[in-house]
Amino acid sequence: MDTLTSPALTGILDSALQSADSAQFRAHDWFAILRQQGWHTFQSLPMPKRDDEKWRFSDTRTLSLSGYAVAPAPPDAEAAKLFARSQFISRPAGLIVHVDGHCIHKPALAPELTAQGVIFEPLTDALRHHPALLKQYLLKHQAGLGGDKFLALHQAWLRSGYLLHIPKGVTVTQPFVSIHWTLAEGAAVFPHALVIADELAQVTIHDFHLSAQPAIRALAISACDIHAGSGAKVHRLAVQGWSSTTQSFQIDNTCGGRDSLISSVQAAVGSRRARLENIVRIDGPGADVRLCGISVATGEQEFDQRTLQIHSAGNAKSDLLFKNALLDKSRTIFSGLIKVAPDAQQTDAYQTNRNLLLSTEAEADSLPGLEILANDVKCSHGATTGQVNPDELFYLRARGIPLAVAQELLAQGFLEEVLAKVENEEAAATVREMLRVKFHQI
Amino acid sequence: MSDSFIIKNLNASIGDREILKDFSLTIPKGEVHAIMGPNGTGKSTLAKVLAGHPDYAVQSGEALLDGQELLGLEPDVIARAGLFLAFQYPSEIPGVTIANFIRAAIVARQAKGAPFDAKAYYAELYAKMDALKMDRTFTARFVNEGFSGGEKKRCEILQLMMLKPKYAVLDETDSGLDIDALRIVSEGVNRMRGPETGLLVITHYQRLLEYIVPDRVHIMWDGRIVHSGGKELALELEAKGYDWVKTELASA
Repeated sequence: MDTLTSPALTGILDSALQSADSAQFRAHDWFAILRQQGWHTFQSLPMPKRDDEKWRFSDTRTLSLSGYAVAPAPPDAEAAKLFARSQFISRPAGLIVHVDGHCIHKPALAPELTAQGVIFEPLTDALRHHPALLKQYLLKHQAGLGGDKFLALHQAWLRSGYLLHIPKGVTVTQPFVSIHWTLAEGAAVFPHALVIADELAQVTIHDFHLSAQPAIRALAISACDIHAGSGAKVHRLAVQGWSSTTQSFQIDNTCGGRDSLISSVQAAVGSRRARLENIVRIDGPGADVRLCGISVATGEQEFDQRTLQIHSAGNAKSDLLFKNALLDKSRTIFSGLIKVAPDAQQTDAYQTNRNLLLSTEAEADSLPGLEILANDVKCSHGATTGQVNPDELFYLRARGIPLAVAQELLAQGFLEEVLAKVENEEAAATVREMLRVKFHQI
Repeated sequence: MSDSFIIKNLNASIGDREILKDFSLTIPKGEVHAIMGPNGTGKSTLAKVLAGHPDYAVQSGEALLDGQELLGLEPDVIARAGLFLAFQYPSEIPGVTIANFIRAAIVARQAKGAPFDAKAYYAELYAKMDALKMDRTFTARFVNEGFSGGEKKRCEILQLMMLKPKYAVLDETDSGLDIDALRIVSEGVNRMRGPETGLLVITHYQRLLEYIVPDRVHIMWDGRIVHSGGKELALELEAKGYDWVKTELASA
């Protein structure tokens, strides 16, 4: 903690809050207060320790927030290069690109979307244009799964990210794309995604978190809040491809209203350590939430996944599937809990974690849990950890495919079950290519 | 003897069970040989040992493919040396499409870094699928997942046709096939016949050999060949039954 109160970080924070750069924020006192509250909370909370149940199996010893600072805006030439590398989807509904937390590209929404009241803006613009919406929805939940200190720091530094609002009954088929890049060595970034899909709205979001170079050291503390209204359909793909020297935290909160359908696929290949906290709150009956995660862990990477499915309303469904492929000396931790409230009858809730060990030195820990207070429910959880099936491996090798390639094919096949759920073919191809590159770094 | 597949005095076991006992067989290139025999006599073990299956231990012997010793090599090295095994029970590979699977097998045979001609690949793949009466949408299906018995065997023969090995061992390719599928699969195998290829067809039944007519038929009993003859031997065996083997040939 001494590292956090080091002059480097606090100095920048104080000056940021007072600088001309933040003049626009001062105009919104509530936002300045929100950030200050974040800073106070951050300071008041201890760093996680190994004996903290919510950090069980995590390597808390190497958690460190020292040596990072908010980076200046990128040089124009670098920004242009990264914008050119941001074209994963050929016809997005809108594209927002940030580099080191600075917005370098804003979307020009199609007139028909604007006419329907669709909002897709960088947070800095949204603060000026839509303060009421932000006040109502921004950071309304605690982290809850152990990452409160990091979410507080995110709140204190909140500047980059986007607001996406789809009004009642509006359907947008093409995806909204947000891309965050880290560029400067030691950069601290705090990407935020706020998605509000009103009643019967339909929307697809693709979030990419990437680094300009494979070995840029960075700190990324991101948050994504999704509010799906009655009957809304929200599809999200989140790709975590930060550099292999990044420490990353992703804290997600999803609220599903009555009869809403939410599907999310989270794909992780990057970071030295990546912590994902994902809470789904089923607030309305009839909601259907499908959560999938995949990761390919190599070297000494640690992927730390904590999930919570809260069923407060009955007749709803949630289905979680997290699959990890582990190589080298990598580690994954999956800790998932399903909570069903006493009156959330007729709940269907499932949770599955499958880990494929491709190295004898890799380690996968799984902590599935159920806490069911209703009596008429269907709930299950399961976790398996194993190596590639020897019969499948022999079959591939009997066709002349070398061992390493055969293992890679089997691992890709193992992850394909989740990738097949990504409807946008370009997005799925992008992720497949990232996985392929990841395997070839070995 | 650089144009034959020569198996000499092969002894192999699984666990502490000896299965192949001084097994010897020579398949000249260009010929089709059949091995017939009752269940449990070591036919499938022979196929797996030759393909380098890690569960089997080889005690002694030779398996020379055009002069190259296969015993002791890794399964993928054996395959690239030119031996193909059509599996009796092909594995299902979830998440790996047939197109990507065969592509990986072809790329493994190319020089490292050599460009892959995707257009020519698909043209050849589709032509061979058409010949096997496989729907072209199978390219995007996961290998053998949810396939019927006949579809799995067609998929094996598709791989055989695409990979063009020097020698192929077909392990009970007829099992689980109805008569139409048997005819199609056999046509595929017959297309592979030629001066550049040697085939070893392992079967329990004479039926398959009506469609794939062998040059030589061998009867296997208790881990070795006990009798060999021409194609008419299959009919004789069919008429006399395996008891004939047991009482007359095995004791000889």
